[in-house]
Amino acid sequence: MKILVCICPVPDTTTKVAFSDNNTHFNTQGVTFIINPYDEWYSLVRALELKEAGVATAVHLVTVGKADAEPVIRKALALGGDEAIRIDTDSNDTYAVAAQIAEYAKTDGYDLVLCGKESIDYNNGTVGAMVAELLDMNYLGFAAKIDIAGGTATVTREIEGGEETDACSLPLVISCQKGVAEARIPNMRGIMAARTKPLKVVAPAAVDTVSTIVGYELPPAKTGVKMISADNMDELVNLLHTEAKVI
Amino acid sequence: MSVLVLVEHSQGVFKKKSLEAVQYAAHVAKELGTSVTAVAVGNVDNAAMQGLGAYGANKVLHTTESRLENFNSRAYTKVMLAAAQKESAKVIVGLHDTVGKAVSPRLAARLKAGMVAGAVGYPDLSKGFVVKKNVFSGKAFAFVNVTSDVKVITLMPNTFQVVKGEGSATVENLDIAFDDKDFSIQVKEVSKASGSVPLSEAELVVSGGRGLKGPENWHVLEGLAKELGAALACSRPVADSHWRPHHEHVGQTGGTIRPNLYIAVGISGAIQHLAGVNGSKTIVVINKDAEAPFFSAANYGVLGDALEVIPKLTEAVKRFKANH
Ligand SMILES: Cc1cc2nc3c(=O)[nH]c(=O)nc-3n(C[C@H](O)[C@H](O)[C@H](O)COP(=O)(O)OP(=O)(O)OC[C@H]3O[C@@H](n4cnc5c(N)ncnc54)[C@H](O)[C@@H]3O)c2cc1C
Repeated sequence: MKILVCICPVPDTTTKVAFSDNNTHFNTQGVTFIINPYDEWYSLVRALELKEAGVATAVHLVTVGKADAEPVIRKALALGGDEAIRIDTDSNDTYAVAAQIAEYAKTDGYDLVLCGKESIDYNNGTVGAMVAELLDMNYLGFAAKIDIAGGTATVTREIEGGEETDACSLPLVISCQKGVAEARIPNMRGIMAARTKPLKVVAPAAVDTVSTIVGYELPPAKTGVKMISADNMDELVNLLHTEAKVI
Repeated sequence: MSVLVLVEHSQGVFKKKSLEAVQYAAHVAKELGTSVTAVAVGNVDNAAMQGLGAYGANKVLHTTESRLENFNSRAYTKVMLAAAQKESAKVIVGLHDTVGKAVSPRLAARLKAGMVAGAVGYPDLSKGFVVKKNVFSGKAFAFVNVTSDVKVITLMPNTFQVVKGEGSATVENLDIAFDDKDFSIQVKEVSKASGSVPLSEAELVVSGGRGLKGPENWHVLEGLAKELGAALACSRPVADSHWRPHHEHVGQTGGTIRPNLYIAVGISGAIQHLAGVNGSKTIVVINKDAEAPFFSAANYGVLGDALEVIPKLTEAVKRFKANH
C-alpha cells in the first residue's frame, strides 16, 4: 500500500501578518515557513506509523510550490518518508493546487492520500475533497482516528454535532486533525538522512486557474478595552445588553 | 440561471446557519437578477421547506433517498450536481462546516468552478466576482476574484444576519439515480452530542484557559455557560492536557469561531489563540494579570481571580434574566 501525504508550507504561527504592494501581496520578508501543523502532526506521522507497522510499503510527500518550499520539504523528510515530490508551480487557487496533486497522483497509483484538515494560511480546507473528486475516490474529512487493515480503512471523524466511525475500502482520501497521531520531533539521524532522500521536481500539468486573490485587509483594531470592577458584574451584564447588544 | 443553496436541518428543523445561507443566496440572486433554489435532503416536511421562502428561497428541490441520512460527500455531490444542472446554477452556496467543506470542493472540482471557502462578505460584482474571506486563521482577510462561469462559495456561520420576511417556496422532488458506488462508505457508529449547540454555530461562547488551574474548576464555567445558554470552548493547552475535549479547542490550530460574545477566562491571549477568536463581535476578558495581552484585544475587561469573578458574573446574569 502506497501513501501520498500532502505537505503545505505555511508561515510560522507567531507571524504578524503584513501585506505589500498596496495590500495585494502577503509580505514574506522575515517570515519563517513551517510545515502546516495538521500535515506535520497528524497526516505525516500517521503515514509513518502505518509504514513502521508494515501496513504501508511506501510514504511519498507531495508539495505544490517553487524552490523556496524545499527547506520545508526537507524538514518533513527529516521526520520520515521515502521520497518527496515538488510540483514546480505556485498558486493561491485551490482548484489549481488540487488539480496539480491529482494529476501527479494519477501517474503513481496511490492507495491512500492524506492531507491536513486545512492549511493555516488560507484556511480553505478544500484540497482533500477536490483531489478525491478528481481521482473519483471516496473522501473522509476531519478524521480523528485512522486504522487500516486488509485494504479497508476504519476512520473515526467529526460530523455535524458529533462523531462517526466509518469503514471504507481503499483507495481513499482522508483529511486529518487532532487525534490521528501524536506530533514527533525529528532526530539527528532523520535530519542527516533527509539530506540524501530523493526530492523529485516535476513540471506542473496544464491546469486552469479559476480564482485569484486580488487584495488583503487586516481586521480593524479593537478601540480599547473598557475595564469593569470585579465587584460590579451587574454593570458588565448591563453593558453587554445595552451597549454591545449581544445578550 | 439560478443561485443554488444546500440547506441543512436537524430532525426537520432548518439550522440557523442554513437560513443565513438562504438569505445570502437571495442577496446574490437579487444582484444577478435571478432566483434562489434550495436543496434539502432527507426527512423534512413540506411546510418547513415552503417556509424557506420567508428567507428568500423561490424553490426547494427535495430528495428523500434514505441512504443520504448519513452524510457522505460523494452522494451529496451527486445530488448537488443534478440540482445545479437542472437549475443552470451560476452560484452554488454552502456552509463552511463539515458538510460544506466536503461537498462544495468536490462540486467545484467537478464543475471546474472557482471556490471561495469561508466567505465573510457578499460578492462585489463591480470588480468581477470578488468575495471577502478569512485567511491566516482570522489574522487577516483576502479578497478572492472568482473567474470561472460557475462559482462555489462556503459561508462562515454566524456572519450574516437572518431576517425573516414574507413568502413561500415551491417544493419539487429531485429524483436521482444513485449507484452502489455512491454509498460505498459503511457507517459503523454515530454518536451525537444531544441538545447542545455546536461551538461553531454558537452565538455566545464561554472559554477557559490554563488560568482555571484544572478540570475540577470547570463546573464554575459550566454554570456561567448554562445561565447564558452559551457553548464552551478552551485554549490549546487545556485540550492538550485533556482537561477538556479536543473539539472545544479554538485558535489557529483549532476551531475558528465568530460568536456575538466571547468570554475568555484565564486565557493569556497568545497570537495563536487570538487568531481563532478575533472575529467575535464582542470580547470579554477575565484575567488576574493586568498585563495579559488578551486585554488589548478585548472590548470589556475584568481584572480578578476567575474563580471569584465567574460566580459573581453568573449571579448577575441570573438577576438580569429575572428582569428581562
Ligand atoms: C504551532 C502552535 C500552534 C498553536 N495553536 C494554538 C491554538 O490553536 N489555540 C491556542 O489557544 N493556543 C495555541 N498555541 C499555544 C499558544 O501559544 C499559548 O501557549 C496558549 O494559547 C496559552 O494558553 P492559555 O492562555 O490557556 O495559558 P497561559 O498562557 O498559561 O495563560 C494562562 C492565563 O491565565 C491567567 N490566570 C492564571 N490564574 C488565573 C486566575 N486564577 N484567574 C484568572 N486568570 C488567571 C494568567 O494570567 C494567564 O494570562 C499554539 C502554539 C504553537 C507553537
